[in-house]
Amino acid sequence: MSRNTVAGWSFILPNFLGFAALTLLPVVVLFYVAFTNWNVFGVAEWTGTANFRRMWDDASFWTALRNTVYYAVFHIPLTLAAALGLALLLNRKLRGVRFFRTVAFFPYITSIVAIAVVWNQLFSPEYGPINALLGAVGVDDPPGWTASSTWSMPAVIIVGTWRYMGYYMLLFLAGLQTIPAQLYEAAETDGASPWQRFVHVTLPGLRTTTFFVTVLLTIESFKVFDLILVMTGGGPGQSTLVLSQYIYQKGFEENQFGYASAVSIVLFAICFGITVIQFWVNKRRNS
Amino acid sequence: MTATDLSTPVPAIAAPGNHATSARRVRSRGWRLVGYVALVLAAAGLLLPFFWMVVTSLKTNNDVFTIPITWLPDPVVWRNYLDIWQRSDMTTWLRNTLLLAVIVTFLQVLTGSFAAYGFARVRFPGRNLLFLAYVGTIAVPWQSYMIPQFILMSKLQLSNTLWSIVAIQAFGAIGVFLMKQFYETIPEELSEAARVDGLSEFGIWRRIILPLSRPALASLALLTFTTTWNDYLGPLIYLRSPELRTIQLGLNTFISQYNAEYALIMTGSVLSVLPVAVIFLLGQRYFVEGVASTGLKG
Repeated sequence: MSRNTVAGWSFILPNFLGFAALTLLPVVVLFYVAFTNWNVFGVAEWTGTANFRRMWDDASFWTALRNTVYYAVFHIPLTLAAALGLALLLNRKLRGVRFFRTVAFFPYITSIVAIAVVWNQLFSPEYGPINALLGAVGVDDPPGWTASSTWSMPAVIIVGTWRYMGYYMLLFLAGLQTIPAQLYEAAETDGASPWQRFVHVTLPGLRTTTFFVTVLLTIESFKVFDLILVMTGGGPGQSTLVLSQYIYQKGFEENQFGYASAVSIVLFAICFGITVIQFWVNKRRNS
Repeated sequence: MTATDLSTPVPAIAAPGNHATSARRVRSRGWRLVGYVALVLAAAGLLLPFFWMVVTSLKTNNDVFTIPITWLPDPVVWRNYLDIWQRSDMTTWLRNTLLLAVIVTFLQVLTGSFAAYGFARVRFPGRNLLFLAYVGTIAVPWQSYMIPQFILMSKLQLSNTLWSIVAIQAFGAIGVFLMKQFYETIPEELSEAARVDGLSEFGIWRRIILPLSRPALASLALLTFTTTWNDYLGPLIYLRSPELRTIQLGLNTFISQYNAEYALIMTGSVLSVLPVAVIFLLGQRYFVEGVASTGLKG
């Protein structure tokens, strides 16, 4: 072995040992457990595709999958737009710009449990400030939010977007700072309107950032869990039950590790598949 | 992308006279104002939940939900902050969480920055494949392999110990990835010069790279600390005994136990957010600039 190989490995090894044992190995084992019937600490019994056939006929699984897609379909564009909007506002030399950046990032660093209970109070159908505000602006029949199976998912999406937009805003800010100022100056001398500058300078300059943000945001949306668990517990009924929570229920509450792993593979496949597609599209667009 | 591309769709303004420029200045001042209004509204919306949290924690329980809504506590009930220590195991929860957050952060920053150096600066066969494994797992949600991980941890007899959380949090791929991105912005010539002077690779990491990467290390440390502090799902799965509860688990059990004591629950929420908020405000410069600079530059 060359000196470089020894040096390289010795740097990586302390982290890699933990990483391999606790991340890589479980990911591999997942594909075995999903084909077994494994209860609590008993012995794994190979059952072939039985778990997957069961999943196909499992209405709760389909509900969870549908709800997860529902969350993602609204959370991703909303957060993307809010984060980009905030970043554009905060990329200028303004008084107090640092304060506003801090404010925007703050929800991201606070705990899920605390924000879930606060938002549940704010969303309280009869006594909460949100419906009081809606009433004040003339909404006669304000939503029941987390008490209603129609409005519980929108409520969760609002909180999710509120929590994460500051984080993605920072990533957009970093991207904006890499766009050369001369491009804007040139556009301005040519008389481009703010909108034209946005479309022809900002958006192309942000392409790499937007790609990364979308990938991260997609994974984050599909694995959504603790926010929902603490806010609604998946309810009312199954109206906010998502895939991660269904895995948790089947695995840790009902001790059906094999079946839960089969559902895990679906979650895994969705996230991995979407990421691969996004990489592929990005590569094609760049070339 | 060149500047000339831009001129195509845009008609040039013919000889902008004094009149046009002053009009433009007025318009830009108008936009500034609109921008400020938008920012203040956004900030108010973002902060409202925290405002509510703090205000409610200082109310009597009966004053929490009143119509019309009272936005300021009257009387101010500081007692809530004493009561919660007597009625919950706040001390245990905070101690466990602090212990975990410190150990995890230390290990993550140390092993992560060390590994990142290997990936960024040492060339050896298999390096790219290995790094791909790290990056690839970022696209794999933890929730999808938490079951096999739990089985493994149980076999290792680590579940229901604080070590389980250390083990699952301390060796994440994200730290390695972020630090590698940062190291690659440090000019290679610096290391070259050090190599000529006879420094070993370890010496280069220790004496040159580590001091230069202080802002990135600080932001990784802050992010890891807050993530561990705020983690709910990991402790929920692994820490079953009450004396092992972290602040998030503790707060949630407190909520289900005293679900009608809205004011006290908010007091607990404030206490769970406060340490992280203080750390965040202290290291806020590193946080914001650090995430911005290490987050994505590649």
